[in-house]
Amino acid sequence: MRVLAAMSGGVDSAVAAARLVDAGHEVTGVHLALARNPELFRSGSRGCCSLADTNDARRAADVLGIPFYVWDFSEQFADDVVADFVAEYAAGRTPNPCLRCNEKIKFAALLERGIGLGFDAVATGHYARLQRHGDSVSLYRAAEQAKDQSYVLGVLSAAQLGRCEFPLGEVTAKAELRAEAAERGLLVADKPDSHDICFIPTGDTAGFLNDRLGQRTGDIVDENGDVLGAHLGHHQFTVGQRHGLHLSVPAGDGRPRYVVGVDPVANTVTVGPKGSLAVRTIRGIRPTWTEQPIAGSWRGLVQVRAHGEPMPATIEAADGTVTVVLDTPAFGIAPGQAAVCYDGERVVGAATIEATNS
Amino acid sequence: MSTSTRSYLDHAASSPMVPAVAAAMGEVLLLAGNPNSLHQSGRSARRVLAEARESLAADLGAQPDEIVFTSGGTEANNLALLGAPRQGRPLVAISAIEHPSVAEFTARCDAVRVLPVAGDGQLQPGALSELGTDVALVSVMWVNNETGAIQPLGEVVAAAHAVGAWAHSDAVQAFGHLPVNFAESGLDLLSVSAHKLGGPVGVGALVVRRGVKLTPVGFGGGQEAKLRSGTVPVALAHGFAVAARLAVSQRDSEAARLAGLKARLAAGLDQIDRSRLNSAAKSSPAILNATFSGTRADDLLLLLDAAGIDASTGSACTAGLHQPSEVLLAMGRSASDARASLRFSFGWSTTQADIDRLLAVLPGAVAQARKA
Repeated sequence: MRVLAAMSGGVDSAVAAARLVDAGHEVTGVHLALARNPELFRSGSRGCCSLADTNDARRAADVLGIPFYVWDFSEQFADDVVADFVAEYAAGRTPNPCLRCNEKIKFAALLERGIGLGFDAVATGHYARLQRHGDSVSLYRAAEQAKDQSYVLGVLSAAQLGRCEFPLGEVTAKAELRAEAAERGLLVADKPDSHDICFIPTGDTAGFLNDRLGQRTGDIVDENGDVLGAHLGHHQFTVGQRHGLHLSVPAGDGRPRYVVGVDPVANTVTVGPKGSLAVRTIRGIRPTWTEQPIAGSWRGLVQVRAHGEPMPATIEAADGTVTVVLDTPAFGIAPGQAAVCYDGERVVGAATIEATNS
Repeated sequence: MSTSTRSYLDHAASSPMVPAVAAAMGEVLLLAGNPNSLHQSGRSARRVLAEARESLAADLGAQPDEIVFTSGGTEANNLALLGAPRQGRPLVAISAIEHPSVAEFTARCDAVRVLPVAGDGQLQPGALSELGTDVALVSVMWVNNETGAIQPLGEVVAAAHAVGAWAHSDAVQAFGHLPVNFAESGLDLLSVSAHKLGGPVGVGALVVRRGVKLTPVGFGGGQEAKLRSGTVPVALAHGFAVAARLAVSQRDSEAARLAGLKARLAAGLDQIDRSRLNSAAKSSPAILNATFSGTRADDLLLLLDAAGIDASTGSACTAGLHQPSEVLLAMGRSASDARASLRFSFGWSTTQADIDRLLAVLPGAVAQARKA
């Protein structure tokens, strides 16, 4: 098989490519240039868009003896991921840019270009498992739950998954993977894992959004509408957030207060007790399915964060929406996040959270 | 599909070393001694260096004391631009299609006038007519490294001298392929490099006309006429001289042979829909540049690479990221066409089989890249 291995410059994608070479595939490495003005060096462990990462990826490809190219997806990334990220916050929602990148860039623009050039599949270092049966394929959680990344792949369609390879799905411990990398002579064996959002290497999401959306003073109110304080822009707040509120009026009961709502039109942030964050029903839009589209009602598990717990629920899909009723209320679920549905370990599909109800 | 024997069509990036040159260098590499030392070993090294300088000068139509060995073409160009004094004459004029080792001078000096080129990659007629007495140096390359376009050096020299300016030419892609005679050219400064003509990487020279006084860019032991300090690598200089002698002695027959290969390739490319040659009628026999509209050049390179063919875009990369060619943009091509262009460059090891292999693969690669 001719496989295009997406190489970020990290240890995971390097070992993924190496394993495919071992398996006898014809592997070509490709690094995605996503930043318009890449920084020379990583700051800390963050980021996947620095020139140092490009060089790490190239060096790994050279060690493996495979061709290596850098493909420029910076324009698509700016439009489909970064602009969407900013627009979602501006609309009072909490987006997941990694999911969006997988959906629009890695397993769309990159995959299509690779297929066009005669490749059979795209491989990444994601921790997830694929099980093929005949012409179809199912997506499962990784063997190592702590590293499982099936959530950020939950938006992929059957057609996309059919062209994927995830060689790290059976890895049971990251330490073993690092040892394997060292054994293979890959210099990234000890490179720290990347965290946070790659296009915000400082980790300062609020500052990043301020630069793009500006600061606009608004009220922080309680659930009765009484003003408790001021903020500099609703986009700096996410439902479930507890810190950074700087309220001038103490809570009557002395208990912590959380952001329970963000109103982008009125530019108000509503705070309340933890109890007000309890969510029982989730309404999702733009559903995607990893296999056949599903209609009707079924019992399953729902996960709403990359490292969140799977929650038992009754799920119903109809007319382009998905309604999730959780068995036990959950806290701090924000519109914009993705609800990924599982059947046991198997990923069924995903939807963007539009609204929640207690 | 990967192959053990490759078709190397990227001589303009670096020509493989001629085996005879490697053999000649091998003997010198083992020679002890710094050519500046007074003892016997030093004298032996100095003799080899002097002979290399004389041999190279003869092949360049220059005097031995006009040769300043450098680490390559880039350093030679840097030395010419940074070393030319500009008292009373603040301006430097360069063409719009210079190699980065000349073009990036604009980042060091804001008094640079850029001379435009026409659609065929030649300096625009009349581009030189506006030079004034405020110009210290005019730098126009002999052969463009991306398109192979041969520039009108005679006009450049005449125009520069008419206003009392010096004339410099980056002849890195010309020397060894075209007749290059420093004395006859009238140039004041000329840059050449060894590894573009079958010599070793890491050595070049700036030819400095007698009477032309440059300011050194670096400081040190004052080697190379006090212009370029640092111990001269004798083996590299020797290899350069041997390679230059070989190239110059076979130049006319090789140029004719490469022109034949280039014509064969051009005829084949003509059969590819929506392709366009970017190499002017008056261009080096060793370089052919073509646009394949509707493709990304790096996709074509990937497909050719997989088919055993080494080619290039010819333009600069940032961390391996293909940028649209500044040269083609200067020639008026669109950004998308400037991203859809390849350079094929030939040299002593290029055979008709290489061209035929390319022509067998390229039409399919272009069709595939257009769909990707």
